Amino acid sequence: MDRFINQLITFFQPETLGLLFQAIGLTITLTVIGCVTGFICAFLVVYARQSQGWLALPVRIAAILFVELFRRIPFLVITYLVLFFLAVIVKGASLFIIAIVAISIYATAYLSEIIRTGLESVPRQQIEAAQAMNFSRWQTLINVIIPQSWPAVLPPAFAFMVAFVKDTSLVSQIGVFELAFRGRELVNQGMSGLFAFGMISLIYFLLSYPLTRLGRRLERRLAPSRHQKS
Amino acid sequence: MNYTFQFGVALDRLPDLIPGAWLSLEIALLSFWGGALLGLLLASFKTYGGPVTRRCADVYVTFFTNTPVLIQIYFIFWGLPDAGIVLSAFTSVVVGLTLNTGAYLCEIMRGGFLSVRNTEMEAAATLGFSRWQQIRYVIVPHIVKTIYPALANYAVVLTLGTSMAMIFGVEELTGRAFNLASENYRHLEMFTVVAGLYVVLTLVVSLGLALAGRKVFRVKVKLI
Repeated sequence: MDRFINQLITFFQPETLGLLFQAIGLTITLTVIGCVTGFICAFLVVYARQSQGWLALPVRIAAILFVELFRRIPFLVITYLVLFFLAVIVKGASLFIIAIVAISIYATAYLSEIIRTGLESVPRQQIEAAQAMNFSRWQTLINVIIPQSWPAVLPPAFAFMVAFVKDTSLVSQIGVFELAFRGRELVNQGMSGLFAFGMISLIYFLLSYPLTRLGRRLERRLAPSRHQKS
Repeated sequence: MNYTFQFGVALDRLPDLIPGAWLSLEIALLSFWGGALLGLLLASFKTYGGPVTRRCADVYVTFFTNTPVLIQIYFIFWGLPDAGIVLSAFTSVVVGLTLNTGAYLCEIMRGGFLSVRNTEMEAAATLGFSRWQQIRYVIVPHIVKTIYPALANYAVVLTLGTSMAMIFGVEELTGRAFNLASENYRHLEMFTVVAGLYVVLTLVVSLGLALAGRKVFRVKVKLI
């Protein structure tokens, strides 16, 4: 018990807490940047995948390959691949950049599958109607498909982003100074593993749980509009 | 970019990588079945249990789905020895993945339980099905049909998740590749080969599950 109180005191020392907040900040930064770039890239990938005509065939194949391959490679292996690959192309790329690139690739692969399912949930007649009114492909996408597929895309995309907060813990393996890494540091400094990892998982919980609740509310609010359509 | 790729070096070690792939599959299989049993238990607690058991299952699922698996395994591998429980790296990884999988599969299975409507049971009762027959011919096929695609999907995710074991020094596919690459510093080629192996591995898992689903449960599962 004495040991526990001692550790509680060391844990709440200003410098420990400061480093911990830095780590929390980094975890959040990684998540936000990864999700935003992932969402944008995923959208482009889906757009490429749904392109028409045989001239665009290579683009389509590339998009399909990108998604299907990277969804079947563990995030840890993606991180290592990016690490070793960037070390070859760019001299002295920082670990933060490497983590961002790896996370974005991972997010793009998964989110593009979510977006594609959502876009394909729009009834075929809607697209045909838009074509009949001489909408261009881009116009159809922006004015017809996206407004209707929004309720189908948002809940799973949000769920993925919540899971993403936890997935970022894996980049600690290449030495990015985020929460999971900080936990290991604390143990290396002599703190009890039970206490340190207990605290770290509590912090992850506090980050992730409100988002889960928010996602569930979002799903419930968007659900009725989906029933109306069919 | 002045780097010469030498995939030959990495491809030569392919026979050494195969046992690693088997170990990955083994971890995935163990934790999937463990997790499925745990998930079934939790889901039945949550659906049919009393207020206390329901609350307990709820807390368990909420906690395990809102913290990273990695931290959970850290806790088991580096935390539990402080409490006097020392587990090997392999056991820690399997236990950690099982506990986590249980929480996620509970959510999936509960969705399946809830999808069985009372009217179906009443119809079966009207037809003179016994309780056991109701379970065997009405409930189970219905539940399996609802949850099978989600379970198959999770099995693939879990197979990918086993790569975490390398962090704890388990010589599965990723860990083995890392050790082999350290001999000649051909990490890039080695990990490209490993990525390819993971693609093959998960394709085998998906294909096997799709075939099993079609043969045994008559569920159509999308392959890609």
